[in-house]
Amino acid sequence: MAQTEIRKERIDRGIKVRTSGIYAISAGKEMGYLLLPRLVLIIGLLILPLVITSAYWQRVISIVGIYALLALGFDFLTHYVGLVSLGGAFFVGVGGYLAALLNTKLGLSPLFTIPIATLGGAAFCTLLLLPCLPLRGVYFAIVTLMYPLLTARIIEALNIFGGTDGIVGVGSFPNRWLEQYSLFILLLLALFGLRRLVNMDIGLVFRGIKDNDQAIKASGMNITHYKAAAVYISAAFGCLAGAYLVHIYMWSGISQFALDFSIIPIAATVIGGGGTLVGPILGAFILVPISELLRAFGTLRIVFYALILMAFIVFRSEGIMVYAQRKYHQFERWVKV
Amino acid sequence: MIPETAILEVREVSKAFGGIQALSGVSFKLNRGEILGIIGPNGSGKTTLINCITGFVRTDSGQVMFKGREITNRAPHKIADLGVTRTFQVMRPYYSLPAYKNLVIPLFSPRARRLGGWRGGGKLGDRNTVSIDILEEIGFERDSFVPYKMASSLPTGYLKRLELARCLALNPEIILCDEVFSGLSMSEIASLIPLIERMQMEGMTLVMIEHRLKELFRVANRIMVLNFGQKLTEGPPDEVMEDPKVKEAYLGSEDLSEYV
Repeated sequence: MAQTEIRKERIDRGIKVRTSGIYAISAGKEMGYLLLPRLVLIIGLLILPLVITSAYWQRVISIVGIYALLALGFDFLTHYVGLVSLGGAFFVGVGGYLAALLNTKLGLSPLFTIPIATLGGAAFCTLLLLPCLPLRGVYFAIVTLMYPLLTARIIEALNIFGGTDGIVGVGSFPNRWLEQYSLFILLLLALFGLRRLVNMDIGLVFRGIKDNDQAIKASGMNITHYKAAAVYISAAFGCLAGAYLVHIYMWSGISQFALDFSIIPIAATVIGGGGTLVGPILGAFILVPISELLRAFGTLRIVFYALILMAFIVFRSEGIMVYAQRKYHQFERWVKV
Repeated sequence: MIPETAILEVREVSKAFGGIQALSGVSFKLNRGEILGIIGPNGSGKTTLINCITGFVRTDSGQVMFKGREITNRAPHKIADLGVTRTFQVMRPYYSLPAYKNLVIPLFSPRARRLGGWRGGGKLGDRNTVSIDILEEIGFERDSFVPYKMASSLPTGYLKRLELARCLALNPEIILCDEVFSGLSMSEIASLIPLIERMQMEGMTLVMIEHRLKELFRVANRIMVLNFGQKLTEGPPDEVMEDPKVKEAYLGSEDLSEYV
């Protein structure tokens, strides 16, 4: 007797929007199908500062934006270049201190300190990370973890840049609208820019380095150059986040080299779905507010936080966005085997 | 008649891995436009020789000359940029990319951008189109779904072709093939041979490491035999076939064979 077995069949939804490089004006339904998730994200981010009224939560969403930038940089470096970087805190610290110094010593406004700290800080970070570029995987992770720990101790021991007190009196943004909207717009630009980059030809080289760097060498390309470029991009996101952080807190200190800035982006990437780029942003928007809500539990906060993280990893190990994209882009049905 | 000009010259190259002498003083000349087959038992240093030429392994001593210029121990990407390309014995495609995107990467390399890839097509058009042209030439059916399949789901035969295609995309002068025939069926090899002959006709110089001797002897102009890291002999295929030293290296000596 043959037992009838059934299995779940998944079929990709055909989308006729693009045909060989030409954007065909196709049915509005299909265009809408592709635009809807993007619009939800963009509009959602843009109305968020409007709907949140309490000053405390307004501060929280700014911090979320900062973690989201870091998580985006981490996801790019890990899932598109194959470099697992724990140097998030180093990027934040360098960007933060640079912005704070430019602001307090030279009197530059945030309009100038943030771009200079982003580009200059990223160049500085990339230069210092150059010796680690031949490393891969967990070895790269361990070495990059040393950078923030080392720098914080150097600042403390040599008592430079204000030592343990940090740099106080950093100028803030003129108002919170400018602070939040510029941060969210930069976040969206970073997200859509990166998504475009990884699908360009140079993005394919990055992904090739992750898959198989020997073949890249055999194709006559210097992998160190490409790795340095990728680290620069990721470091720029981190330094941008750091520069925002010091202008929001109006203070720069060695707590910016704290490992939170290295670890939370990883947790956000795992929860949101690695390799999707938008997932880590979503992850940051889930994790950071949860961490704030759990403050009500006092000392037990970390216990509940850890339990929630574990639940996510056990029940949705692929990440929310990977799951959501699959549900959105595929039909599922049960068929007889 | 192939003119006797050496495009690649290897002089007394030696390489030891710890206590194992993988290559000891191997020298040979590669003439422009020829197909040189390198054979030898397992562990005789064939792959190490390719690794030394292409810079993937540092030589202990000896020289590698390409067109009269020394390229010994240069970085692999610099040697590939000169047009000395290689395939890998263990195929190394970009598994997470579709087959045609696998070729976009070499077409993006400095050499391909300078010379326009194979036959200069990359200068004219979009890299995706050029990559599909190359894939068609090398035996991927253009109108099928094969060029668009993920490399991770391609069968071995196509992956071997993809390895060759990656070299072709660079518009190479020399291709060092590390066992392209191994793991393929007779009919797959039969369809690869015309391709290799066409590459030779277009002026490329090939070095082929093979264990499939019958097929290799059909295409190769000259055969070099390695054994325990040393050059045993060199010559036209039929002469090498008859050489007692070669038979001994492969099958053991006469008296031993009586016991087998």
